[in-house]
Amino acid sequence: MSKIIACIDGSRAATDVCAASAWAQRRLDAPVELLHLLEKTDYPTEGDMSGSIGLGTHEQLLQQLAELDGQRSRLMLEQGRLMLAEARRQLEEAGVASEQISELQRHDFLVDTLLEFEPEIRLLVMGRHGEAHASDSKAVGSHLENVTRTLHKPILVAVEGFRPPERFMLAYDGSVTANRALKTVAQSPLLKGIPCHLVMAGKRLERQREQLANAKTMLAGVGFEVTTAELEQEEVRTTLLEYVAAQQIDLLVMGAWGHSRIRQFLLGSMTHWMLQHSEVPLLLLR
Amino acid sequence: MLQKIHQEWFANIPKDLLAGSVVALALIPEAIAFSIIAGVDPAVGLYASFAIAVIVAFTGGRPGMISAATGAMALLMVTLVKEHGLEYLLAATLLTGVIQIVAGVLKLGELMRFVSRSVVTGFVNALAILIFMAQLPELTDVSWHVYAMTAAGLAIIYLFPYLPVVGRNLPSPLVCIVVLTAVAMIFEIDIRTVGDMGELPDTLPVLLWPQVPLNLETLLIILPYSVALAVVGLLESLMTANIVDDLTDTRSDRNRECRGQGIANIGAGLLGGMAGCAMIGQSIINVKSGGRGRLSTLAAGVFLIILVVFLDQWISQIPMAALVAVMIMVAIGTFSWSSLRDLKKHPMSTNIVMLATVVVVVATHNLAIGVFVGVLLAALFFANKVGQHMAITSRKEAATATRTYTVIGQVFFTSAEKFIAAFDFKEVLERVVIDLSQAHFWDITAVGSLDKVVIKFRREGVEVELIGLNAASRTIVDKQAIHDKPEQIEKFMAGH
Repeated sequence: MSKIIACIDGSRAATDVCAASAWAQRRLDAPVELLHLLEKTDYPTEGDMSGSIGLGTHEQLLQQLAELDGQRSRLMLEQGRLMLAEARRQLEEAGVASEQISELQRHDFLVDTLLEFEPEIRLLVMGRHGEAHASDSKAVGSHLENVTRTLHKPILVAVEGFRPPERFMLAYDGSVTANRALKTVAQSPLLKGIPCHLVMAGKRLERQREQLANAKTMLAGVGFEVTTAELEQEEVRTTLLEYVAAQQIDLLVMGAWGHSRIRQFLLGSMTHWMLQHSEVPLLLLR
Repeated sequence: MLQKIHQEWFANIPKDLLAGSVVALALIPEAIAFSIIAGVDPAVGLYASFAIAVIVAFTGGRPGMISAATGAMALLMVTLVKEHGLEYLLAATLLTGVIQIVAGVLKLGELMRFVSRSVVTGFVNALAILIFMAQLPELTDVSWHVYAMTAAGLAIIYLFPYLPVVGRNLPSPLVCIVVLTAVAMIFEIDIRTVGDMGELPDTLPVLLWPQVPLNLETLLIILPYSVALAVVGLLESLMTANIVDDLTDTRSDRNRECRGQGIANIGAGLLGGMAGCAMIGQSIINVKSGGRGRLSTLAAGVFLIILVVFLDQWISQIPMAALVAVMIMVAIGTFSWSSLRDLKKHPMSTNIVMLATVVVVVATHNLAIGVFVGVLLAALFFANKVGQHMAITSRKEAATATRTYTVIGQVFFTSAEKFIAAFDFKEVLERVVIDLSQAHFWDITAVGSLDKVVIKFRREGVEVELIGLNAASRTIVDKQAIHDKPEQIEKFMAGH
């Protein structure tokens, strides 16, 4: 059975994740699972530099470390329970039936857990940054990038002040990744009925004009109200974001990590840049 | 991948560096002491510790574990060095590395599951005793100064950590060495120092191919040593990895550790060092000091060589008594004291396995033989215990002169005798029914004993009928994958 997994943590993003999940739940009519992970910090809070080992040091050390970990775990567990309860309250307030909501707490790393549950995931909802970056709103959480790279499932990245999108933009460049994203959009009920802006940006677009037209026909064929735009600009990224602002787009859909690692290293990654700079939620499709 | 690299290397930088430096300071006396055990210059042990720690930091399978020249390995080399010299030791070290890489590729690390807990405890205790015994030559036929120095050293090591503030921030073994060296130099006490034990390194190590003839004769000389070194090295490393796993609540990659240690030993051999492996005592010190990542192991190796190369004049002045004190600490810290306490609690068979491992190691100075004996004993005790899980009941129907024997439990080599003895061949019967549907026949000894029973009955003119033989003998087949599914096991254990 496929479900929406919402990653909840102690950061401000949790509220937006809840709002986004509630919206996705209504569109997809799939159950929401609220996921909170107790990630182990392997690193000790204090070290004893005396460097001596005596009678039973090994046993003492084991007990001491287990005790410290135990205290930390108990606190985190309690905190996590409160967060999950709050998230459930927000979802119910947003109109999600309570039997559609479930909670899951695990002692594991986020990427590992998500990989384990990958077959069951229909949509993953995450905040842009986690607890570690509370002050810096432009930073991309280290988890987010790892997750988007490893997981081959649609990921909805909520940003501050999520509201149900009224028009969305599909960034299209004719590549394999973009075509795959196009197909996913066309088939999924998630965006059905929401006006779509199919946008191409870059240099020498005439060569891809036909592909754009085909894409438009495909979306229109399944009932989308499609507006196309060709933006002849050198700088693709800022152009796209300017378009988002000008057209009051409130969801950016794109194929993620389409290029090779080497190219990303040399030219910088489009996906990473968008994750960092977008003012509206992103839906990453792979 | 990137996250893993970050996690293993850079997630704990300040603590790893600090812990690495504490470990480096403790590694120096140990490397010197183990070189002396092996009968080579201290330089050999120091270069080995440097090379192994640095290479294992990258190639090992257990972040945070410290590998270097060790006592367990040094003890195996003594006769090789004595009879053939250093160059053969270096060649043996290279071969050890190759064997360990092969073991890693063949995934022999998984074989650790046959080494039971009592054998591990026995290994650890035997190692501690051997390290302690190796210090005794330094303590016999010497002046009272040496005893006084050693006692003072131990007092510093164990009492200094109780001092406020400095106690927890300065490694007490270092304080012990500095104080004793200063005392010896100031009062010009005439006792043996590290400088008297052989050459110390004053340069970085250089790549060298061992000067041995490359022929079959050389191979036959070094092969037995290399095999023993490889086995002991892997055993100690995998045991240490288990200890670090427990302490940090994380898991290690055993086969990568085997390969990684092999590469490290090849590196050590080429840089003029002796073979080494993971160290239980040092790894505990590392974890205790807050070291968790690969960086701590790398830092230990790098700090060690920097200290040794720049401070060689001072290191040669360290009195042997100070080293002896540090090594006694290592022996005490390695020994599993809880195992003595648990002797009363544990069953006798477990204690015998542990003590046998210790006794054999101390007698042979070879940890591999000790572990072999321990594993063998543990297996025998286990077979004996399981063999007791067999019972045969019988019931007679007088009208038809028929007796039905019902066999329940495990029939294999240890219980086969008991199996045969349970049948009464003297009874006069028409017919015997042997119900095997709740029995498990594990080997051909079991089948053989059943044949024997059947033939004996037939000789007495009794008609024999077997029930459920096919089901009972299914376990003889060596296809292990058949019985690893819960419903299979349930069906099987419930008596088919």
